[in-house]
Amino acid sequence: MPYVSHADIGGRSGFGPVVPEPEGAVFHATWEPRAHALTIALGATGSWNLDMARSARETLPDYLNLSYYEIWLGGLEKLVIAKNLATPDELTAGCVLHAPAPVGRVLKADQVGAVLAKGAATERAPAGPARFRPGQRVRTRATPAEHHTRLPGYLRGKTGVIERVLGAHVFADSHAQGLGEDPQWLYTVVCDAAELWGSEATPGHSVSFDAWQPYLEAA
Amino acid sequence: MGRDHDHADHSKLSNVERRVRALETVMTQKGYIDPAALDLLIDTYQTKVGPRNGARVVARAWVDPAFREQLMRDATAAIAELGYSGRQGEHMIAVANVPGRHNIVVCTLCSCYPWPVLGLPPVWYKSAPYRSRVVRDPRGVLAEFGVTLPANTEIRVWDSTAEVRYLVIPERPAGTDGLSEEALAALVTRDSMIGTGLARAVGET
Repeated sequence: MPYVSHADIGGRSGFGPVVPEPEGAVFHATWEPRAHALTIALGATGSWNLDMARSARETLPDYLNLSYYEIWLGGLEKLVIAKNLATPDELTAGCVLHAPAPVGRVLKADQVGAVLAKGAATERAPAGPARFRPGQRVRTRATPAEHHTRLPGYLRGKTGVIERVLGAHVFADSHAQGLGEDPQWLYTVVCDAAELWGSEATPGHSVSFDAWQPYLEAA
Repeated sequence: MGRDHDHADHSKLSNVERRVRALETVMTQKGYIDPAALDLLIDTYQTKVGPRNGARVVARAWVDPAFREQLMRDATAAIAELGYSGRQGEHMIAVANVPGRHNIVVCTLCSCYPWPVLGLPPVWYKSAPYRSRVVRDPRGVLAEFGVTLPANTEIRVWDSTAEVRYLVIPERPAGTDGLSEEALAALVTRDSMIGTGLARAVGET
């Protein structure tokens, strides 16, 4: 079955106006902070990684009809079932029906502060020298990936300039597929808006994005 | 917090509330989550982490040229110096607005956002209208925030496609020379640190 991300919407039209909101409004229902906290607490079990979580969310068929925390909840339900933390009948019943399998770790209250403060840095020792240097022209991969990727569709097959070398980072594409961290060089690439949008581009507008080396070839 | 409603009439719960409760109950009963840890996480992102953190970073950059220089060179370290670090802010880059150049941050693929300095993102940042359009029509999106930039201002949109998180350093408003760092921080809005707004002028609310 082809991999379809419903989250890759950069450059698409038809979604209506942006609705700004005041600074204090973060959650809009009491279940939302719980869904958010559950995502962090269950992520801490180590049963999946961040890229697997993103993949679970973006492949929800009704993604575009869901609120953002509904997307997180749907992704989380998929993951706990896929990783055998729960069965569908348990989530329907709302209680345990089967003996629990062990998980890698349980985040305890006295660890929360330290775990959040530490975060999860993704920079790793590089396996080899960086192929590109600032100022070099590159072209992005033109073909869609058959798996989770972080090269948006609107940036496929485009020419830009390397602006910054960001070090070697865990490669999202491999990590999401359970193929390990596979660190790859990461670059900030800048494209002129005309390269992306042609004649409708606003003069003086550019878009930059962070691209792992496998997304790029010399142009 | 929250669990005092455990015995509420379930028929009054919405479908999504039921799903959250079911997931939380099953995961707790299996011992995969510590309920006290969950409460602490909820409290952290509701009350501890938010855009006032980022506003302090910006105000410091406005008053302290050495800090600004460090912030532009190594934002992760500079921001950590003020006590903000960790989850979703592991690799920070600060981008400064200057006359003739304006920066805007987006994550077209999901909702990547610098939590330690800005807290959790507003709904519009995670929603399709903003994510789809700001890379294509930034001036149109800015207009929806009531922001009009000079026609010759260059606009750079930063799509957060990897684990680097971006913080916009807005321009310091005119007429703020005598203000304290704290008073300056009060002029720094969340939207000005995303790039969909400008810092407030003195006296503007």
